[in-house]
Amino acid sequence: MTSDMHGILPKSSLQRLLDVLSVRGYRIVGPMVRDGSVVWDTVRSVSDLPIGWRDQQEPGRYRLEQTDSQEVFGVVHGAQSLKQFVFAPREPLLQIERRKEGFTARPTLPQSEKVAIIGARACDLAGLTIQDRIFLNDAYRDPYYASRREGLFVIAVNCTRALSTCFCVSMETGPRARSGFDLALTEVDNQLLIEAGSEAGRDLLSNLSLSTSSEQLSVEAATRIEACAQSQVRRLDHSRLPQALYEVHEHPRWDEVAGRCLACTNCTMVCPTCFCHTVEETPDLSHQQTTHVRLWDSCFTQEHGYIHGKNIRPTIKDRYRMWLTHKLASWIDQFGTSGCVGCGRCITWCPVGIDLTEELPALLSPGIQSSTAKRQADGNSRRVEG
Amino acid sequence: MSKLEAPRKRPRLAVFKFASCDGCQLSILNLEDDLLALGQALDIVYFPEASSAMNPGPYDIALVEGSITTDEDAHRILTVRQQAKVLITIGACATTGGIQALRNWADIEAFKQAVYPRPDYIQSLSTSTPISEHVHVDFELWGCPIEKGQLLRVITDLVGGVQPRVPADSVCLECKRQGHVCVLVAKGLPCLGPVTRTGCGAICPAMGRDCYGCFGPSEGARKGPGLPPNTTSLARHFHDELQLIPVEVLRRFRGINGAVEPFRNESRVWENKR
Repeated sequence: MTSDMHGILPKSSLQRLLDVLSVRGYRIVGPMVRDGSVVWDTVRSVSDLPIGWRDQQEPGRYRLEQTDSQEVFGVVHGAQSLKQFVFAPREPLLQIERRKEGFTARPTLPQSEKVAIIGARACDLAGLTIQDRIFLNDAYRDPYYASRREGLFVIAVNCTRALSTCFCVSMETGPRARSGFDLALTEVDNQLLIEAGSEAGRDLLSNLSLSTSSEQLSVEAATRIEACAQSQVRRLDHSRLPQALYEVHEHPRWDEVAGRCLACTNCTMVCPTCFCHTVEETPDLSHQQTTHVRLWDSCFTQEHGYIHGKNIRPTIKDRYRMWLTHKLASWIDQFGTSGCVGCGRCITWCPVGIDLTEELPALLSPGIQSSTAKRQADGNSRRVEG
Repeated sequence: MSKLEAPRKRPRLAVFKFASCDGCQLSILNLEDDLLALGQALDIVYFPEASSAMNPGPYDIALVEGSITTDEDAHRILTVRQQAKVLITIGACATTGGIQALRNWADIEAFKQAVYPRPDYIQSLSTSTPISEHVHVDFELWGCPIEKGQLLRVITDLVGGVQPRVPADSVCLECKRQGHVCVLVAKGLPCLGPVTRTGCGAICPAMGRDCYGCFGPSEGARKGPGLPPNTTSLARHFHDELQLIPVEVLRRFRGINGAVEPFRNESRVWENKR
């Protein structure tokens, strides 16, 4: 653990933490209940946080429920990871103007904003670390991402409750936040155990005049986090990756899952690590100027697989295979880590509940050929009816 | 499509109406400030919805709203085509037959008898068909109504000599970019977003409503084994998990774009299950 400072903040004093951040010029962002889930939004007071709410997640299904508790961080997460704060869904890159001779292109770097995010989970931090590796790589450092990243202050929350869709333990990313945070909180009944994970976090903690953390509370917090880890039943066995997935390129299971996959892009949108993007122009009618804009894209779109004169991934099967193989296998070759952090968002937010922790073992085990062939035949007969 | 390159003068624009509600034409008028820019970039010579000055062709760009539902219109669209260098359909009616294509599954004579005191006055075809079934269409704009920004973009591209394109991805892509909560996953609503073409700006999910497919199938009306849109999987999910009965599944797909092939085929599957 990199932190060297702990403290206890009574939950009734959480507002003090928010106030100190405000005074330091941060816009505070936290989970807020909206439309049956939580989304990141600007938090002005503790009462904006989803106190007493809990989320239940399963493949293709998300529900919030209200409890009698005063839990502040009872909702584990919504569809949004930290991705949007650094890799913006819509990022203007250049303002291009026609001149008498040629044109000018002016970079439109985002205004640097100090944003403090409260409520990030260990899986979110792992996702952010992977995105950092992609966007802040020395040779190809992305100034837009870097500008947003610089202003970020991350307050993590250690998980003490696992969702049925969580598998961070098997991906070794959670449920405890190990690194990549400025502050980390563990909610234990009426108290918040705080630890600092960065210089900025230490500095802030020293200004909060907290009571010293007790051994008893630390042990209780650790016990609850461990219990959360133990309660996770879902797992992804990645021990044979990447090679094993490369070897099943022609497995019939790909056809089976393609029969269910909608190619709707939701899994890639909610994935904390997916970084595909496209760029588009927005010219004015007189063709004097245009904004060159970067947008979130997905390997499930038609154009993603389009190269000159040909679409190399026309079918849903091609696209799902591309996504899963990259996420779980070739990502390791490319970045030295899996592209999956075990947050389970792609399972929950897939409209038809496709579950990669079910697909991977099916793809890696040879014994399912007959049942797959049967399901395929069923699928085909349905199509013929149309 | 490059026929408009380097025009000597402002391209001449005409707007024609067939069987439709005029909503797409109103989207043009709703361009507001951009309408002035449009009027400067183009010479709007025929647009009865907006002006009584109706000048004869030929036209550089013809925007066609509405579907073909009468013999007369089936002939008129031929003359429009002859006068237009570039013909663009605007909206669901012109592009797929529209909501009035529901008649394709019904008995038009029975409708006439039920609605009109003198049904013999009504001269109407038994089907509503898209413009592309009658003449060559250079570009199709989807939506009920069209999204005015898309229209402006296509005209901008044409005026600039650029091949126009509008995205054909699913509504979900834009919905997630905008940060809306998925109404299908979080509320169990039978949202057609996953199989519907983007372009609207995900306005229904943004309001907590399920998409009803007014922009037509994602990736257009392309068809083939294993290609999107996977209506089969979504329909099965509506039925098996969201507990829609077959006729409700049928109605999801047989709506504003019910006549376009991927949606038409899916509704037929569920008709057979009734």
